Amino acid sequence: MDFALTEEQEMIVATTRAFVERELYPYEAEVERTGRLDMDVIRDIQRKAMEAGLYAANMPEEVGGAGLDTLTWLLYEKGLGRANYALHWTGVARPSNILLAGTDEQKEKYLYPCIRGETWDCLAMTEPGAGSDLRGMQATAKRDGGDWVLNGTKHFISHADIAGFAIVFMATGEEDTPRGKKKLITAFFVDKGTPGFSVREGYRNVSHRGYTNSVLEFDNCRLPDSQVLGEVHKGFDVANQWLGATRLQVAATCLGRAERAFDHALAYAAERRQFGQQIGKFQGVSFKLADMAMEMKAAGLLTWEAGWKFDRGTVTEADMSMAKLKATEVLAHVADEAIQIHGGMGLMDELPLERIWRDARVERIWEGTSEIQRHIISRDLLRPLGA
Amino acid sequence: MKVLVPVKRVIDYNVKVRVKADGSGVDLANVKMSMNPFDEIAVEEAIRLKEAGKADEIVVVSIGVKQAQETLRTALAMGADRAILVVAADDVHQDIEPLAVAKILAKVVEEEQPGLVLAGKQAIDNDMNATGQMLSALLGWSQATFASKIDIEGDHALVTREVDGGLQTIKVKMPAVVTVDLRLNEPRYASLPNIMKAKKKPLDEKTAADYGVDLTPRLEVVKTDEPPARAAGIIVGSVDELVEKLKEAGAV
Repeated sequence: MDFALTEEQEMIVATTRAFVERELYPYEAEVERTGRLDMDVIRDIQRKAMEAGLYAANMPEEVGGAGLDTLTWLLYEKGLGRANYALHWTGVARPSNILLAGTDEQKEKYLYPCIRGETWDCLAMTEPGAGSDLRGMQATAKRDGGDWVLNGTKHFISHADIAGFAIVFMATGEEDTPRGKKKLITAFFVDKGTPGFSVREGYRNVSHRGYTNSVLEFDNCRLPDSQVLGEVHKGFDVANQWLGATRLQVAATCLGRAERAFDHALAYAAERRQFGQQIGKFQGVSFKLADMAMEMKAAGLLTWEAGWKFDRGTVTEADMSMAKLKATEVLAHVADEAIQIHGGMGLMDELPLERIWRDARVERIWEGTSEIQRHIISRDLLRPLGA
Repeated sequence: MKVLVPVKRVIDYNVKVRVKADGSGVDLANVKMSMNPFDEIAVEEAIRLKEAGKADEIVVVSIGVKQAQETLRTALAMGADRAILVVAADDVHQDIEPLAVAKILAKVVEEEQPGLVLAGKQAIDNDMNATGQMLSALLGWSQATFASKIDIEGDHALVTREVDGGLQTIKVKMPAVVTVDLRLNEPRYASLPNIMKAKKKPLDEKTAADYGVDLTPRLEVVKTDEPPARAAGIIVGSVDELVEKLKEAGAV
């Protein structure tokens, strides 16, 4: 096993890190204070990100991306993850890989504009009554003549406000399986402005200020067949095949944020003096740092290994779940301890710690809750034994 | 015109430097190293000259340990065309003195025949600020140091220099050695596509022996100390008290 990064990987890490510190950090305080991100700011970051080749770098080279392998892409995600989520998601967008599953016409209409920074995509699956249990979705698309008619509500849809279109998952039928009836799901492209489709402001929430969520309403929204992404009734297959390593992306961005919190804690422990010495000399503080460093390293190794295996086709669902679960929980731990080491100062918005601590909370919920990840891991272990 | 840019691998400017226990220098073992920031500015300026059609090839050269190859790759990823690595030390703690560096560079210039050498004004590790000047003396070329603006006009260059009390613009005959200051430009990011391309760019590896330059140190480091700790301040109650304290301290 070779754990060393290549020269290219080192340079990509350095470029991403320098970009995040110089171009994103200066806007953070304003976004955190207002919860808003101005289009002027987004355009400024976008232009610079494109010059640096960082924009849509997750995409293959032939469509205008950087063609990074999964491990290198995750190292880049870790770098971006240090900054406020809204800033890096909009300004240094990574369009969803699922756009690669479209037909040539669909790629022209949806994928390339996202890569060129002209618009953004958003994915709509979650409903008020269907979170972890996605198959429980109530929103439907029904055949009517040659068209589809969509009805229902989706919520918690990230950045749907600035997206030009949504990739929406709808129940289109039912099938009998040995474990009872299961819903059949189909994915659709829905453009903003389509009659019967509306987007309204979602909820204010504790994590990722400036990174909005919306409620999507479908009221007899009529779409032609050409708006179907992938095959009819095969929406989950498209998602499983193309959504790719989103759990690893969550893990990597969490590692970046944990590292940033840790950097602050370490520097503070070496500088801050109480009772006549640096607080890092007290075992109560130094042992915290040791545990934080060890946990971050463990989460990193799980994530990099899963990314490495992803490209070799040997990654398992459990591998990705372990990385996501560990990294999100380590972030929560590290953010909490970094604040503890800072004492009261850690809670002030002068430092990024209070927001890293707030932002950490959603990570154990989205892209599969910690409980769902544990379910996936244990299922992988027990199923071969018939349990 | 070909531009030669010497780049040095130095301790990263973000690293908190630690003095070695024996006082012989600073500890460089397992410390993050990067390109000297002034050299980054020189590389950027060379790329801008090329983009403006005033230069057609950029050759970067680094003299030091083998790991300086990483620094050269960064320069190639920024946009340099070709690199020369001159391995002159095998221990990261062994610094090659400015005179030896200048002598090697003079040989490289002889081989490469550039029309311009663009160098950082100094390296942030030892702050010698000597190599560029020594190189111009060895070559018998004109020199312009601390450049904050460079205009190449035919066989002359107009260089604005940051000097005490203002800016001085001088006209130098080419070929020339120009050393660059902080405000000349803001270096670009090594972009992802260029990082991928850098690997395919040529990097020649040489040794100091290939140039027959004597590396024996002429300087002796007597002692290296941590900067003195800042003394605690005091809070004064009034302007009068402040003036009084300043008088006591002999400051006014």
